[in-house]
Amino acid sequence: MTVSIETPRAPRTVRRGGINWEKWGWIYMRVSGVALVVLIFGHLFVNLMIGHGVKALDFAFVGGKLSNPFWQWWDTLLLWLALIHGANGMRTITNDYARNNLVNLILKGAILAATIVLLILGTLVIFTFDPCPAGAAANLLPTFCSAG
Amino acid sequence: MASDVLEKGGPRAHDVVPTFTVTLIVRRFDPEVDDEPRWVDYDLQMHGTDRVLDALHKIKWEIDGSLAFRRSCAHGVCGSDAMRINGRNRLACKTLLKDLDISKPIYIEALKGLPLEKDLIVDMEPFFDSFREVQPFLMASSKPKDGKERLQSSEERARFDDTTKCILCAACTSSCPVFWTDGQYFGPAAIVNAHRFIFDSRDEGSQVRMDILNDREGVWRCRTTFNCTDACPRGIQVTQAIAEVKQAIMRGKP
Repeated sequence: MTVSIETPRAPRTVRRGGINWEKWGWIYMRVSGVALVVLIFGHLFVNLMIGHGVKALDFAFVGGKLSNPFWQWWDTLLLWLALIHGANGMRTITNDYARNNLVNLILKGAILAATIVLLILGTLVIFTFDPCPAGAAANLLPTFCSAG
Repeated sequence: MASDVLEKGGPRAHDVVPTFTVTLIVRRFDPEVDDEPRWVDYDLQMHGTDRVLDALHKIKWEIDGSLAFRRSCAHGVCGSDAMRINGRNRLACKTLLKDLDISKPIYIEALKGLPLEKDLIVDMEPFFDSFREVQPFLMASSKPKDGKERLQSSEERARFDDTTKCILCAACTSSCPVFWTDGQYFGPAAIVNAHRFIFDSRDEGSQVRMDILNDREGVWRCRTTFNCTDACPRGIQVTQAIAEVKQAIMRGKP
Protein backbone atom coordinates (compact mmCIF):
# COMPACT_ATOMS: atom_id res chain seq x y z
CA MET A 1 0.00 0.00 0.00
CA THR A 2 1.46 3.33 -0.97
CA VAL A 3 1.59 6.16 1.45
CA SER A 4 0.43 9.55 0.27
CA ILE A 5 2.51 12.34 1.65
CA GLU A 6 0.53 15.44 2.41
CA THR A 7 1.88 18.94 2.02
CA PRO A 8 5.45 19.10 3.28
CA ARG A 9 5.84 20.02 6.88
CA ALA A 10 8.08 22.94 6.14
CA PRO A 11 6.38 24.79 3.29
CA ARG A 12 8.56 27.48 1.86
CA THR A 13 7.29 30.93 1.11
CA VAL A 14 7.08 31.30 -2.63
CA ARG A 15 9.13 34.18 -3.91
CA ARG A 16 7.22 37.42 -4.01
CA GLY A 17 6.28 38.77 -7.41
CA GLY A 18 8.29 41.22 -9.42
CA ILE A 19 11.08 40.68 -11.87
CA ASN A 20 13.58 37.96 -11.07
CA TRP A 21 16.74 39.94 -11.77
CA GLU A 22 19.11 37.04 -11.19
CA LYS A 23 17.31 34.98 -13.82
CA TRP A 24 17.19 37.77 -16.38
CA GLY A 25 20.81 38.67 -15.60
CA TRP A 26 21.78 35.09 -16.38
CA ILE A 27 19.74 35.05 -19.61
CA TYR A 28 21.26 38.40 -20.60
CA MET A 29 24.78 37.00 -20.14
CA ARG A 30 23.98 34.04 -22.40
CA VAL A 31 22.24 36.03 -25.14
CA SER A 32 24.70 38.94 -25.19
CA GLY A 33 27.58 36.46 -25.08
CA VAL A 34 26.48 34.86 -28.32
CA ALA A 35 25.86 38.25 -29.96
CA LEU A 36 29.26 39.51 -28.79
CA VAL A 37 31.09 36.61 -30.40
CA VAL A 38 29.69 37.73 -33.78
CA LEU A 39 30.13 41.45 -33.14
CA ILE A 40 33.67 41.24 -31.77
CA PHE A 41 35.02 38.85 -34.38
CA GLY A 42 33.29 40.86 -37.13
CA HIS A 43 34.93 43.99 -35.72
CA LEU A 44 38.38 42.36 -35.54
CA PHE A 45 38.05 40.84 -39.00
CA VAL A 46 37.08 44.11 -40.68
CA ASN A 47 39.64 46.20 -38.80
CA LEU A 48 42.65 43.90 -38.79
CA MET A 49 42.37 41.36 -41.61
CA ILE A 50 40.53 42.80 -44.59
CA GLY A 51 42.49 44.96 -47.06
CA HIS A 52 45.80 46.25 -45.74
CA GLY A 53 45.26 44.72 -42.31
CA VAL A 54 46.39 46.48 -39.19
CA LYS A 55 48.51 48.98 -41.19
CA ALA A 56 45.34 50.50 -42.61
CA LEU A 57 44.25 51.69 -39.19
CA ASP A 58 44.46 55.45 -38.89
CA PHE A 59 42.22 58.42 -38.27
CA ALA A 60 40.86 58.29 -41.80
CA PHE A 61 39.94 54.60 -41.46
CA VAL A 62 38.13 55.12 -38.16
CA GLY A 63 36.55 58.35 -39.37
CA GLY A 64 35.30 56.59 -42.47
CA LYS A 65 33.80 53.76 -40.46
CA LEU A 66 32.10 56.04 -37.96
CA SER A 67 30.38 58.04 -40.67
CA ASN A 68 28.69 54.89 -41.99
CA PRO A 69 25.35 54.19 -40.22
CA PHE A 70 25.95 50.43 -40.45
CA TRP A 71 29.19 50.65 -38.46
CA GLN A 72 27.73 53.27 -36.14
CA TRP A 73 25.02 50.85 -35.09
CA TRP A 74 27.44 47.90 -35.03
CA ASP A 75 29.72 49.80 -32.65
CA THR A 76 26.80 51.04 -30.54
CA LEU A 77 25.51 47.49 -30.15
CA LEU A 78 29.02 46.30 -29.35
CA LEU A 79 29.47 49.04 -26.77
CA TRP A 80 26.18 48.50 -24.95
CA LEU A 81 26.20 44.72 -24.98
CA ALA A 82 29.86 44.39 -23.98
CA LEU A 83 29.84 47.06 -21.30
CA ILE A 84 26.68 45.78 -19.62
CA HIS A 85 27.94 42.20 -19.96
CA GLY A 86 31.20 43.16 -18.26
CA ALA A 87 29.50 45.28 -15.60
CA ASN A 88 27.12 42.46 -14.75
CA GLY A 89 30.10 40.13 -14.41
CA MET A 90 31.77 42.60 -12.08
CA ARG A 91 28.55 42.85 -10.08
CA THR A 92 28.49 39.07 -9.67
CA ILE A 93 32.10 39.01 -8.50
CA THR A 94 31.36 41.83 -6.07
CA ASN A 95 28.41 39.91 -4.66
CA ASP A 96 30.68 36.88 -4.24
CA TYR A 97 33.57 38.54 -2.48
CA ALA A 98 32.49 41.85 -0.94
CA ARG A 99 30.63 40.55 2.09
CA ASN A 100 30.62 43.82 4.00
CA ASN A 101 27.30 45.45 3.05
CA LEU A 102 28.73 48.96 2.82
CA VAL A 103 31.74 47.92 0.72
CA ASN A 104 29.44 45.84 -1.47
CA LEU A 105 27.13 48.81 -2.02
CA ILE A 106 29.99 51.23 -2.74
CA LEU A 107 31.62 48.89 -5.25
CA LYS A 108 28.37 48.17 -7.06
CA GLY A 109 27.55 51.88 -7.07
CA ALA A 110 30.95 52.61 -8.61
CA ILE A 111 30.42 49.92 -11.27
CA LEU A 112 26.98 51.30 -12.11
CA ALA A 113 28.26 54.88 -12.30
CA ALA A 114 31.22 53.93 -14.49
CA THR A 115 28.95 51.92 -16.79
CA ILE A 116 26.44 54.73 -17.23
CA VAL A 117 29.14 57.37 -17.85
CA LEU A 118 30.95 55.17 -20.38
CA LEU A 119 27.73 54.24 -22.18
CA ILE A 120 26.68 57.87 -22.56
CA LEU A 121 30.15 59.04 -23.55
CA GLY A 122 30.67 56.20 -26.01
CA THR A 123 27.27 56.61 -27.65
CA LEU A 124 27.83 60.35 -27.88
CA VAL A 125 31.19 59.86 -29.60
CA ILE A 126 29.82 57.32 -32.07
CA PHE A 127 26.97 59.55 -33.23
CA THR A 128 28.56 63.01 -33.02
CA PHE A 129 32.00 62.11 -34.32
CA ASP A 130 33.20 64.58 -36.94
CA PRO A 131 35.32 62.73 -39.50
CA CYS A 132 36.37 66.00 -41.20
CA PRO A 133 37.60 68.40 -38.50
CA ALA A 134 38.27 71.87 -39.90
CA GLY A 135 41.89 72.78 -40.49
CA ALA A 136 43.28 69.23 -40.54
CA ALA A 137 45.72 68.10 -43.23
CA ALA A 138 43.73 66.54 -46.09
CA ASN A 139 45.98 63.48 -46.38
CA LEU A 140 45.01 62.41 -42.85
CA LEU A 141 41.27 62.59 -43.47
CA PRO A 142 38.86 60.18 -45.18
CA THR A 143 38.67 60.75 -48.94
CA PHE A 144 35.04 61.92 -48.84
CA CYS A 145 36.03 65.03 -46.83
CA SER A 146 37.74 66.72 -49.77
CA ALA A 147 35.17 65.47 -52.28
CA GLY A 148 32.31 67.36 -50.57
CA MET B 1 51.46 -10.11 4.63
CA ALA B 2 51.12 -13.24 2.55
CA SER B 3 53.61 -15.63 4.18
CA ASP B 4 51.26 -17.16 6.75
CA VAL B 5 48.41 -17.46 4.30
CA LEU B 6 50.25 -19.09 1.45
CA GLU B 7 49.93 -22.76 0.66
CA LYS B 8 52.97 -24.98 0.48
CA GLY B 9 55.00 -24.63 -2.68
CA GLY B 10 56.01 -21.01 -2.28
CA PRO B 11 54.40 -17.85 -3.58
CA ARG B 12 52.83 -17.91 -7.01
CA ALA B 13 53.54 -14.98 -9.27
CA HIS B 14 50.16 -13.31 -8.96
CA ASP B 15 50.24 -13.48 -5.18
CA VAL B 16 53.19 -11.18 -4.97
CA VAL B 17 51.88 -7.67 -4.89
CA PRO B 18 54.68 -5.19 -5.48
CA THR B 19 55.34 -2.81 -2.63
CA PHE B 20 56.65 0.70 -2.73
CA THR B 21 57.33 3.53 -0.35
CA VAL B 22 54.97 6.42 -0.54
CA THR B 23 54.99 9.72 1.32
CA LEU B 24 51.71 11.11 2.52
CA ILE B 25 51.56 14.70 3.68
CA VAL B 26 48.40 15.11 5.70
CA ARG B 27 46.97 18.42 6.81
CA ARG B 28 46.40 17.80 10.52
CA PHE B 29 44.36 19.98 12.81
CA ASP B 30 43.51 19.32 16.42
CA PRO B 31 41.26 22.15 17.64
CA GLU B 32 42.31 21.54 21.26
CA VAL B 33 46.00 22.04 20.53
CA ASP B 34 46.51 23.80 17.21
CA ASP B 35 45.69 27.34 16.24
CA GLU B 36 46.37 26.62 12.58
CA PRO B 37 46.34 23.39 10.58
CA ARG B 38 49.81 21.93 9.99
CA TRP B 39 51.18 19.56 7.35
CA VAL B 40 52.61 16.28 8.69
CA ASP B 41 54.68 13.77 6.65
CA TYR B 42 54.26 10.01 6.84
CA ASP B 43 56.45 7.50 4.97
CA LEU B 44 54.59 4.26 4.36
CA GLN B 45 55.34 0.91 2.80
CA MET B 46 52.30 0.21 0.63
CA HIS B 47 51.13 -2.31 -1.96
CA GLY B 48 50.09 -1.70 -5.54
CA THR B 49 46.56 -2.72 -4.65
CA ASP B 50 46.22 -0.21 -1.84
CA ARG B 51 44.01 2.81 -1.88
CA VAL B 52 44.54 6.16 -0.17
CA LEU B 53 42.13 4.95 2.49
CA ASP B 54 44.41 1.98 3.22
CA ALA B 55 47.30 4.38 3.67
CA LEU B 56 45.25 6.45 6.10
CA HIS B 57 44.32 3.28 7.98
CA LYS B 58 47.98 2.35 8.18
CA ILE B 59 48.78 5.73 9.71
CA LYS B 60 45.90 5.51 12.16
CA TRP B 61 46.46 1.90 13.16
CA GLU B 62 50.25 1.74 13.19
CA ILE B 63 51.71 5.23 13.49
CA ASP B 64 49.39 7.79 15.03
CA GLY B 65 46.01 6.76 16.40
CA SER B 66 44.90 10.36 16.78
CA LEU B 67 44.45 10.87 13.04
CA ALA B 68 40.77 11.60 12.49
CA PHE B 69 38.87 10.91 9.27
CA ARG B 70 35.45 9.60 8.31
CA ARG B 71 34.80 6.36 6.54
CA SER B 72 32.01 3.86 6.71
CA CYS B 73 31.62 1.33 3.93
CA ALA B 74 35.10 1.88 2.45
CA HIS B 75 33.83 0.81 -0.98
CA GLY B 76 32.72 4.01 -2.64
CA VAL B 77 29.04 3.81 -1.75
CA CYS B 78 28.47 5.63 1.53
CA GLY B 79 30.21 8.87 0.59
CA SER B 80 31.87 9.43 3.97
CA ASP B 81 35.49 9.72 2.97
CA ALA B 82 35.51 12.49 0.39
CA MET B 83 38.68 14.52 0.82
CA ARG B 84 41.09 16.62 -1.13
CA ILE B 85 43.84 14.41 -2.55
CA ASN B 86 46.60 16.22 -4.42
CA GLY B 87 44.30 19.20 -4.74
CA ARG B 88 41.34 17.30 -6.18
CA ASN B 89 38.22 16.17 -4.38
CA ARG B 90 38.05 12.38 -4.42
CA LEU B 91 36.89 9.47 -2.35
CA ALA B 92 39.87 8.04 -0.46
CA CYS B 93 38.39 4.55 -0.88
CA LYS B 94 38.17 4.83 -4.67
CA THR B 95 41.62 6.30 -5.29
CA LEU B 96 44.39 3.77 -5.83
CA LEU B 97 47.82 4.93 -4.73
CA LYS B 98 49.39 3.60 -7.91
CA ASP B 99 47.15 5.86 -10.00
CA LEU B 100 48.66 8.89 -8.29
CA ASP B 101 52.20 10.07 -8.90
CA ILE B 102 53.93 8.18 -6.09
CA SER B 103 57.36 9.53 -6.97
CA LYS B 104 56.16 12.69 -5.28
CA PRO B 105 54.46 13.11 -1.90
CA ILE B 106 50.69 12.81 -1.87
CA TYR B 107 48.96 15.74 -0.24
CA ILE B 108 45.80 14.96 1.68
CA GLU B 109 43.56 17.53 3.30
CA ALA B 110 39.95 18.03 4.32
CA LEU B 111 37.31 19.32 1.92
CA LYS B 112 37.41 23.07 1.32
CA GLY B 113 34.53 25.41 1.91
CA LEU B 114 33.07 23.57 4.91
CA PRO B 115 34.13 24.32 8.51
CA LEU B 116 37.13 22.20 9.54
CA GLU B 117 36.52 20.23 12.72
CA LYS B 118 39.52 17.95 13.08
CA ASP B 119 42.18 16.63 10.68
CA LEU B 120 40.19 15.39 7.67
CA ILE B 121 36.75 15.87 9.20
CA VAL B 122 34.61 18.85 8.21
CA ASP B 123 31.25 19.98 9.50
CA MET B 124 28.79 18.67 6.90
CA GLU B 125 25.75 20.46 8.36
CA PRO B 126 25.80 23.47 5.99
CA PHE B 127 25.90 20.97 3.13
CA PHE B 128 22.99 18.92 4.45
CA ASP B 129 21.05 22.11 5.23
CA SER B 130 20.97 23.10 1.58
CA PHE B 131 20.16 19.49 0.67
CA ARG B 132 17.13 19.63 2.99
CA GLU B 133 16.05 22.97 1.58
CA VAL B 134 15.28 21.56 -1.86
CA GLN B 135 12.85 19.07 -0.23
CA PRO B 136 14.47 15.92 -1.58
CA PHE B 137 11.57 13.53 -1.13
CA LEU B 138 8.71 12.38 -3.31
CA MET B 139 5.80 14.76 -3.08
CA ALA B 140 2.66 13.08 -4.33
CA SER B 141 -0.74 13.83 -2.91
CA SER B 142 -2.84 12.01 -5.51
CA LYS B 143 -3.79 8.40 -4.92
CA PRO B 144 -2.00 6.03 -7.26
CA LYS B 145 -4.18 4.20 -9.78
CA ASP B 146 -5.63 0.97 -8.41
CA GLY B 147 -4.21 1.96 -5.02
CA LYS B 148 -1.01 0.11 -5.68
CA GLU B 149 2.01 1.63 -7.30
CA ARG B 150 2.90 4.79 -9.15
CA LEU B 151 3.86 3.32 -12.49
CA GLN B 152 6.56 4.85 -14.61
CA SER B 153 7.88 3.92 -18.03
CA SER B 154 11.55 3.15 -18.44
CA GLU B 155 11.92 6.35 -20.51
CA GLU B 156 10.46 8.39 -17.67
CA ARG B 157 12.82 6.67 -15.26
CA ALA B 158 15.81 7.25 -17.52
CA ARG B 159 15.11 10.99 -17.55
CA PHE B 160 16.58 11.42 -14.07
CA ASP B 161 18.67 8.26 -13.83
CA ASP B 162 22.00 10.08 -13.68
CA THR B 163 21.09 12.17 -10.66
CA THR B 164 19.86 9.17 -8.64
CA LYS B 165 23.49 8.12 -8.30
CA CYS B 166 24.37 10.89 -5.83
CA ILE B 167 25.84 9.63 -2.54
CA LEU B 168 25.98 13.05 -0.83
CA CYS B 169 29.73 12.94 -0.33
CA ALA B 170 30.01 16.75 -0.85
CA ALA B 171 32.91 16.38 -3.30
CA CYS B 172 31.07 18.48 -5.89
CA THR B 173 29.71 21.18 -3.60
CA SER B 174 33.05 21.68 -1.86
CA SER B 175 34.84 21.96 -5.22
CA CYS B 176 32.54 24.74 -6.42
CA PRO B 177 34.19 28.19 -6.42
CA VAL B 178 30.81 29.86 -5.95
CA PHE B 179 30.15 27.77 -2.85
CA TRP B 180 33.57 28.77 -1.48
CA THR B 181 32.79 32.48 -1.63
CA ASP B 182 30.11 32.90 1.02
CA GLY B 183 28.48 29.52 1.53
CA GLN B 184 25.04 30.93 0.67
CA TYR B 185 24.76 29.14 -2.69
CA PHE B 186 22.78 25.89 -2.62
CA GLY B 187 25.70 24.07 -4.22
CA PRO B 188 25.73 21.41 -6.95
CA ALA B 189 24.70 18.48 -4.76
CA ALA B 190 21.45 20.11 -3.63
CA ILE B 191 20.59 20.99 -7.23
CA VAL B 192 21.40 17.45 -8.37
CA ASN B 193 18.98 16.09 -5.77
CA ALA B 194 16.35 18.62 -6.77
CA HIS B 195 16.87 17.51 -10.39
CA ARG B 196 16.25 13.93 -9.32
CA PHE B 197 12.70 14.85 -8.21
CA ILE B 198 11.92 17.71 -10.60
CA PHE B 199 12.19 15.33 -13.55
CA ASP B 200 10.48 12.41 -11.81
CA SER B 201 7.10 11.86 -13.49
CA ARG B 202 5.60 10.59 -10.20
CA ASP B 203 6.44 13.73 -8.30
CA GLU B 204 4.05 16.66 -7.94
CA GLY B 205 6.30 19.11 -6.15
CA SER B 206 8.48 20.23 -9.07
CA GLN B 207 7.06 23.74 -8.97
CA VAL B 208 7.96 24.13 -5.31
CA ARG B 209 11.54 23.04 -5.89
CA MET B 210 11.92 25.20 -8.97
CA ASP B 211 10.66 28.20 -6.98
CA ILE B 212 13.26 27.45 -4.32
CA LEU B 213 16.05 27.20 -6.88
CA ASN B 214 14.86 30.31 -8.73
CA ASP B 215 16.08 32.21 -5.71
CA ARG B 216 18.88 34.77 -5.58
CA GLU B 217 21.19 32.05 -4.21
CA GLY B 218 19.74 29.39 -6.50
CA VAL B 219 20.76 27.97 -9.86
CA TRP B 220 21.54 31.37 -11.38
CA ARG B 221 24.72 31.65 -9.34
CA CYS B 222 26.18 28.65 -11.19
CA ARG B 223 29.00 29.80 -13.51
CA THR B 224 29.30 26.54 -15.41
CA THR B 225 32.91 25.94 -14.36
CA PHE B 226 32.48 22.14 -14.45
CA ASN B 227 34.45 21.69 -11.19
CA CYS B 228 31.52 19.67 -9.84
CA THR B 229 31.41 17.33 -12.83
CA ASP B 230 35.16 16.75 -12.52
CA ALA B 231 34.90 16.10 -8.80
CA CYS B 232 31.94 13.69 -8.74
CA PRO B 233 33.19 10.21 -7.78
CA ARG B 234 30.04 8.69 -9.27
CA GLY B 235 30.55 10.32 -12.65
CA ILE B 236 27.30 12.28 -12.49
CA GLN B 237 27.10 14.98 -15.17
CA VAL B 238 26.49 17.59 -12.49
CA THR B 239 26.87 20.70 -14.59
CA GLN B 240 24.49 19.28 -17.17
CA ALA B 241 21.92 18.55 -14.46
CA ILE B 242 22.18 22.13 -13.23
CA ALA B 243 21.76 23.41 -16.79
CA GLU B 244 18.64 21.24 -17.18
CA VAL B 245 17.19 22.72 -14.00
CA LYS B 246 17.91 26.21 -15.36
CA GLN B 247 16.11 25.31 -18.58
CA ALA B 248 13.16 23.91 -16.62
CA ILE B 249 12.90 27.08 -14.54
CA MET B 250 12.94 29.21 -17.68
CA ARG B 251 10.22 27.05 -19.26
CA GLY B 252 8.30 27.07 -16.00
CA LYS B 253 7.84 23.30 -16.12
CA PRO B 254 10.11 20.23 -16.12
